[in-house]
Amino acid sequence: MNNSCQHEDDPDNRPVAVTETFDPLRERSSGTSMHWLPRGQSGLWLIGAFFIALMVATPLVAVVYLALFPTENIWPHLASTMLPRYLKNTGILMLGVGIGVTLIGVSTAWVVTMCRIPGKRMLEWAMLLPMAVPAYIVAYVYTDLLEYAGPFQRLLRDIFGWQTARDYWFPDIRTKGGAIIVLSLTLYPYVYMLARAAFLAQSVCVLEAARVLGRSAWNSFMTVALPLARPAIVVGVVIALMETLNDFGTIDFFAVHTLTAGIFNVWLGMGNAGGAAQIALTMLAVVVVLIVAERYSRRRQRFHDTTNRFQELPGYELGPVTMFFAMAVCILPIVLGFVIPSLVLIYYSVGYFDQSWTPDFFEYAGNSLLVSGLATIVAVSCAVFLGYALRLFPQPLLRFCIRLASVGYAVPGAVLAIGVLIPFARFDNAVDAVMRDTFGISTGLLLSGTVFAIVFAYAVRFMAVSYGSIEAALGKVRPSMDDAARTLGESPWGTLKRIHFPMVRGGILAAGVLVFVDGMKELPATLILRPFNFETLATHVYQFAKDEMIEQAALGALAIVVVGVVPVIMLSRAISRSRPGHDGASERH
Amino acid sequence: MASLRNTVFGIMGAVVGLAAFQVNAAEEVNVYSLRQPFLIEPMFKQFTKETGIRVNTLFSQSGLVERIKHEGRNSPADLLLTVDIGRIQDAVDADIATPLQSDVIDANIPPQFRDKGHLWVGLTTRARVLYTSLDRVSPDAIASYEDLADPKWKGRICVRSGMHVYNIALVASMIAHHGDEYTKTWLQHLKDNLARKPQGADIDQIEAVSQGVCDLAIGNSYYYGKMLSDPNKADAAKQVRIVFPNQGDRGTHVNISGVALIKDAPNKDNAIKLVEFLSGDEAQHMYADVNFEYPVKPGVAWSDMVQSWGTFSADTLALNEVANNRGAAIRLIDEVGFNE
Repeated sequence: MNNSCQHEDDPDNRPVAVTETFDPLRERSSGTSMHWLPRGQSGLWLIGAFFIALMVATPLVAVVYLALFPTENIWPHLASTMLPRYLKNTGILMLGVGIGVTLIGVSTAWVVTMCRIPGKRMLEWAMLLPMAVPAYIVAYVYTDLLEYAGPFQRLLRDIFGWQTARDYWFPDIRTKGGAIIVLSLTLYPYVYMLARAAFLAQSVCVLEAARVLGRSAWNSFMTVALPLARPAIVVGVVIALMETLNDFGTIDFFAVHTLTAGIFNVWLGMGNAGGAAQIALTMLAVVVVLIVAERYSRRRQRFHDTTNRFQELPGYELGPVTMFFAMAVCILPIVLGFVIPSLVLIYYSVGYFDQSWTPDFFEYAGNSLLVSGLATIVAVSCAVFLGYALRLFPQPLLRFCIRLASVGYAVPGAVLAIGVLIPFARFDNAVDAVMRDTFGISTGLLLSGTVFAIVFAYAVRFMAVSYGSIEAALGKVRPSMDDAARTLGESPWGTLKRIHFPMVRGGILAAGVLVFVDGMKELPATLILRPFNFETLATHVYQFAKDEMIEQAALGALAIVVVGVVPVIMLSRAISRSRPGHDGASERH
Repeated sequence: MASLRNTVFGIMGAVVGLAAFQVNAAEEVNVYSLRQPFLIEPMFKQFTKETGIRVNTLFSQSGLVERIKHEGRNSPADLLLTVDIGRIQDAVDADIATPLQSDVIDANIPPQFRDKGHLWVGLTTRARVLYTSLDRVSPDAIASYEDLADPKWKGRICVRSGMHVYNIALVASMIAHHGDEYTKTWLQHLKDNLARKPQGADIDQIEAVSQGVCDLAIGNSYYYGKMLSDPNKADAAKQVRIVFPNQGDRGTHVNISGVALIKDAPNKDNAIKLVEFLSGDEAQHMYADVNFEYPVKPGVAWSDMVQSWGTFSADTLALNEVANNRGAAIRLIDEVGFNE
C-alpha cells in the first residue's frame, strides 16, 4: 500500500502529482501543486492522521456497540414517553444558550478588540475568567443567593414586610430560563476567544476598504468583519452547544429534563447502559444535523485574507453613551459569571475553612494539573497533526474520520468514559490472556485504571475543542503560502514549522487554554476511569457538591478557579501578542 | 529485529515485575464505592487501624458496575459499595458478584437485610419519611404514603426528582404492594398535589417547608440529622417534625446501603474481613453516629440524635421485590410526567 492509491481515490480530483509509477521526473514536473510531496513523508502524514482519527473515534464506536446490544431494549419505551419531551427541552435550552453565547461572545470580542476603552488590556483576558468556574458551581451559587432563604429575597422581605413565600412572586431560578442564563454566562468565553482570535487575524485593510467605500462602522462590522469571522464564531458556538448538550450538573440542579438527564435516568434508574448509549447517539444526531446545516449554509465560501498588510488595530473612539454601553456589555458578564460566584465561594471558604481544608489539596491540585496538562499537550498536538494532514490531503474519507473523531464532545463524559473503558479493558485482557497462555504470567490491567486512560479520555473528549480552533486558525492561512514554501523546497513538516506554526500560534494557544480549563473542570470521565485513591480538585469538590453541600465544596471549587485562571491570563496575553503585524511579531524572525 | 523483540519483552517483563511487586507490597482491599468518600472513610480508617489492612477506594456515582464487568477477571475490585438496593441488584444482574460466605456476617445481619444467595449484604438502612410543618400541619394529619394522594394536600407537597433512585425505590414498593394501576393513579394525584416542580435534593425539600413554600416534604431520614448538626441549617430543620408513614399497617419504606463481593476479587479474605468489620458493633454504631443511618445489626445502640426521632416499624417487603419493580416504577413516573 502506498500513498499514490490514496491520491488516485481522491474524488475531488485535485492535481495529482504522484502516479503509480514513481517517475521522479513526472513528480517534479507537477511540483507547483501543494499536493506534491516527497514519497516517504507524505505516507507518514496520511497514515498518522488516520491512526489518530481512528484512535479518537474508538470510544464512540464502543458507544455505538453499547447502543446496538443493550441488556434490555427499552428503546420503544424511550421513544414513546421520554424522548419527545427531552428533545423539546434540549432544543429550547440549546436555542437559548446559542443565542446567549453568540450575543455576549461576539459583542465583547468586537468591543475589546476594536474599540478604545479604558482597561482594555485587562478586559482582554478578564473576559475569559468565567470559563474557569464550573457551570454547576455557578448554578449552586445563584440558587443560594436568589432562593427564598437567600440574602436577596430576605432583603426584599425586610423592605416590603412580606412574611412567607406565598405573599409575593419571585422568579424561580431553577428553570430552563435559569439554566440558559447560567450556561450562557459560563460558556460565552468559547465564542469570545475564537471570535477575538478571528478579529485579530483580520487585516484592518478590508475594514478600511469597507469604510472608504461608504459603509458605516456598524455596517462594515455586519457585512465584512462578522462574515469573515463566521467560521471561528461557529466553532465557538458549536463547542458551547455541545457543552450544553452534555451538561449534567447544572440541568440536574435546575431540574431541566434534557437528553442528558434522560441518559442518567435510564442508566442509574434502570441500570441500563445500553439505553443510555441509545439516547447519547440521539444527541449525536442532533449535533451532526447542526454542524452539517451550518457547513451547508456556507458551502462555497472560503475565508482567506488576501493581503498580508497588517497594521495596528484602529481603536475606534466611542462617544460617552456608546462607551457606557460598550463597558457594560463587557463588564456585566465578568461580574455575573466570575466576580459574584468567586466572592460567594470565598465567603463560604472562610466560614467553613476548618471543615474543608486538608493538606491533601496540594496533591489534588497536582493531579489536576498533571492530567489536564498532559491532555492539553496530547489533544493539541493531535489536532495540529490532523488539521495539517487534512490540508495536505483534503480527502473525504480522512475528513469524515476527523469529523467522527471530534463529535465525541457532544457525548456526556460518563457515557464516553464507558466507551474508553471497553476497548482498554479488551486490550488489557487480550494481552493478559496471551501472556498467561505463553508464559504463565498475568500482566493484569496495563492501561485500564491508569492516568493514561484518563488522559486518553480527555484528549478524545476535548478533541472537538482543540481541533475546532486549530482548523479555524489554519483556514486563515492562504494556500498560496503553502505553495510558495513548498515550491521553494520546504518539506511538509518544514512548511508546518516555519510557515503555519508562527501564523496559527494564536489558534494553538487558544486550543491549549480551552482544553486545559475544560480538563480542570472535567468530572464524570475522571470519576469512572481513575485509579484508586486518585483525587483531582474536581472529584474532591464533587463528593460534597453531589449533596449540594456547597459550603464544604467551596474551598476546592475556589482552588479549581485559581489554578484555571493563571494559564488563562498567561495564554491570553500570548494570544494578543500573536497577532500578525503586532510589535512582538518581529521576534519571530 | 531481534533487538526490537528483546526490547519489547524487556519492557513487558519490567511491567509484569512491577505489577507483581505491587500486589505483594502490602495487605490491602480495594473498594469501588457509589457512596461519597467522606461518608465511609471514618469506618475504613478504623478498620485499617485495627487490622493493618489498607483500604483503597474509588468513588463514582455511575459506571462502576460497567467498569468491573469490562475489567473482567483482571479487575482489581474486591467490593462494590452502593447506596440503594437497585444498584446492588444491577451488580447481581451484571453477574459480577459472588457469594459472600461468612458466619460472622450471617450472625450480625438479620436475613431480611441480606440476599438469600449471599450475593449482597445490607450494612445500614434509611427510612423514606415525611417531614411536616410544625406550625401549619397537625401531627396526625397524615399517616401513610397513600394519603399523599389526598386532594387536601393540593399545592402543599415538595419532593425531589421522581427519577432519583430513592423515589424510584419508593414507587417500586408501592407497585409491589398495590399493583401498577393503583400506583399510577396515586402518582398522578401526588403530582397534582406538588407545590412546585420536583427539584433539588432531600435537604432542599425540608428547607422549602421551613420557608412556607410547602407544608410537607418527602425525604430520607439521615438528611434530617445532617441538617440538625449543621448550625446553618438546624433552624430550618427545627420547623418540621419527622413522620414515619404506615405505622398502622405494613411499616415505613426503607432502603439499604449495601455491599457485594466481586468475582475474581484479588483480596477476597481481606474483603470478607472488611465486611465483617462493617457489620460489627463498632462500625454499625459509627454509621448511626456519623451518618445518622440506622444500623442493621440488632442491639447496636443508635446515636442520641437518631434515637430522638423515635422507633418505627419498617416495611418487611423483601428488598429484591423493590429492585425487581424499578423498571415498572420508572415507566410510571415517565407516563404521568411526574417531573414536568
